[in-house]
Amino acid sequence: MTLIDLANPTKFLSLTARVLPWLAGATAILLLVGFYQAAMAPDDYQQGATVKIMFIHVPNAWLAMFVWGVMSIAALGTLVWRHPLADVAAKAAAPIGAAFTFLALVTGSLWGRPMWGTYWEWDARLTSVLILFLMYLGLMALWRAVDDPARAARAAAVLTLVGALNLPIIKFSVDWWNTLHQPAAVIRMGGSTLDKAFLFPLLVMAVGFSLLFVTLHLAAMRNEILRRRVRSLQMLQASQQAA
Amino acid sequence: MSALAALIRRDIKIALRVGGGALIGVLFFLTVTVLMPFAIGPDLALLTRLGPAILWLGALLASLLTLDRLFTADHEDGSLDLIVMGRAPLELACAAKALAHWLAAGVPLIVATPVLGLMLNLDATATSAVALTLLVGTPALTFTGMIGAALAVTLHRGGLLLAVLVLPLSIPVLIFGVAASQAAITGPLPFGTPFSILCAISLVSFVIGPFAAAASLRHGLD
Repeated sequence: MTLIDLANPTKFLSLTARVLPWLAGATAILLLVGFYQAAMAPDDYQQGATVKIMFIHVPNAWLAMFVWGVMSIAALGTLVWRHPLADVAAKAAAPIGAAFTFLALVTGSLWGRPMWGTYWEWDARLTSVLILFLMYLGLMALWRAVDDPARAARAAAVLTLVGALNLPIIKFSVDWWNTLHQPAAVIRMGGSTLDKAFLFPLLVMAVGFSLLFVTLHLAAMRNEILRRRVRSLQMLQASQQAA
Repeated sequence: MSALAALIRRDIKIALRVGGGALIGVLFFLTVTVLMPFAIGPDLALLTRLGPAILWLGALLASLLTLDRLFTADHEDGSLDLIVMGRAPLELACAAKALAHWLAAGVPLIVATPVLGLMLNLDATATSAVALTLLVGTPALTFTGMIGAALAVTLHRGGLLLAVLVLPLSIPVLIFGVAASQAAITGPLPFGTPFSILCAISLVSFVIGPFAAAASLRHGLD
């Protein structure tokens, strides 16, 4: 089974039909374990119980960027390799990525209120993630603006690749502009500065949310393929009626 | 090379003649700037402080307004198809069209800046700082906006979508343009730091813009 075999939508549908229940089960177990561990994690000496927002906020923020990365690879798949499922993957990922970005913004805002004393601050990290959210919405609008999926795919692919320039800006915004948002703690040179008691539940949650994305993404791709089949059947029917 | 030069000459001529719409941008710029004191009050000290931001916003919106014309007119009369099929590489043709657009629609904005600066009570240093940042920054607006214009022209009814797609991409230009002008007026940062980042953004957009626009034209028009 290689990437080329998956280019056949029927094979993709039958494979994902078998894989999806396992994926969904693994996601549920991991998220349950993650939520339990997060609930059991000790309170922070400075932040108290509010530190637990981190276990939801950080995975969402990571996935917000990761999903755009996935869409960029899918965009390359559309433009360079002409992989037939690449545009399905890109289209299905956009709303999910937008949802993760929105959740990261909302949880960050709820966390910021007790910690920084404000729901919103025009700081570099917050602003660049907000721009990411706007770009997700713009991309979804672009997908909907064209009737023909193949044409929409190529237009969206170009925009996705241009928008990928924002990813390194978000990643390094906390290092370049020294503002309110704290600098990177988990993935950094010289090892994580996070305490083991927090790091382990956070990693479980990160893997759990990533699996959640994979599950939702595959399910959305199935829906998109079926939607396109329905659309082509309707077109066929319409052309037969016209003839 | 002569084909590109001819393309640039043609685009500038069309833009400056009746119905070309390049100078409408300046009129729009003037109107936005005039509206601001009505909205925030005629306090001259406040206007001096907000001046660079107002001028940058006005220029950004004005260049967005004219971007729509970059490809649509050519698409409607069919000459865009000839440009796509022509022997000159489409990337260079896109760059030439963007350059012509900037010369016809962007440069008038910069020329108008000193006059508008007077109305916002900016002194000579501030006005020249804003004009200089606009001179460096508006090409970046045109070249990144060209991507959106190329996407929109292949969509047939993409006019409003153009604004939604292009504005997020233009935020870095706005940030560093205003930061550099503010630095020249009040400090404490030196003018050079944000200004060189603005130059870098422009240079990056010269590379990315034509390629992305050509790609979306090539894929979208078939």
